[in-house]
Amino acid sequence: MSSIPASAFLALALILFCIGLYGALSKRNTVIVLISIELMLNAVNINLVTFSKYGIKPSITGQIFALFAITVAAAEAAVGLAILIALYRNRKTVNIDEMDTMKH
Amino acid sequence: MTFSGEFIAFMLLALAAVIGGVLLLNLTNVVHMIIALVFTFVSIAGIYILLSAEFIAGAQILIYSGAITIIMLFGIMLTKHNDTSEGKPSLWRRLFLLLGVLGFAFAVYIGIYNLDLAPQTNHLHENNTLQIGKALYSKHIIPFELTSVLLLVALVGSIILAKKDEKGGE
Repeated sequence: MSSIPASAFLALALILFCIGLYGALSKRNTVIVLISIELMLNAVNINLVTFSKYGIKPSITGQIFALFAITVAAAEAAVGLAILIALYRNRKTVNIDEMDTMKH
Repeated sequence: MTFSGEFIAFMLLALAAVIGGVLLLNLTNVVHMIIALVFTFVSIAGIYILLSAEFIAGAQILIYSGAITIIMLFGIMLTKHNDTSEGKPSLWRRLFLLLGVLGFAFAVYIGIYNLDLAPQTNHLHENNTLQIGKALYSKHIIPFELTSVLLLVALVGSIILAKKDEKGGE
């Protein structure tokens, strides 16, 4: 029915997740950290859609779950950006190393 | 291994997605990073079409490559957008991080590399949007309505968070 094995899609999702994880942990700019988290959520969505087609019982529910995940990711991006702008107004920086008020 | 058209399309899309991700890690200008990520998001939409999820592919292009990219560009433009020389973390920290990520990748890869799911017959590609609509409004109606509440809360919450503080307030 399909020539591509399911593990190829899962491996692609794994690579994208690892890229997002490395970016989220190593980048200093907060906007880039936020968008790396979006990349990780995207990799998870690929997994959901893959199992909705290749799973033991293929059904549309996996795609519905991916849609909910996309919605929550969009809301998270908006709230994250609002927090970032409020922080920038107070601290005049987007460097994640300088946002350490709660450390002291 | 036969090189069917589906396989070639998958390889090209996967390559574009990974290249976009690697460019995100290696570019220095933040605006260029976001533009590189648009390639990844559009390729992932192509992957969804290969997985017979046309509606999610459309939603991906509308929400990720449209809305989220633009909102992130706004976030960059409203803050310091021209400091390209962000300081690299120390070598030891990067090495430790790379080792951790590679260890995670290896651990998950052991689980999936010989995962052999027998292909099932499915009807996901016939009238995909119709099926999603029927499932959303019959089986998943409660989460669907809760999602609208979540979006409203996020809308109001982000406006309140980003609004200017009253200077001489109470």
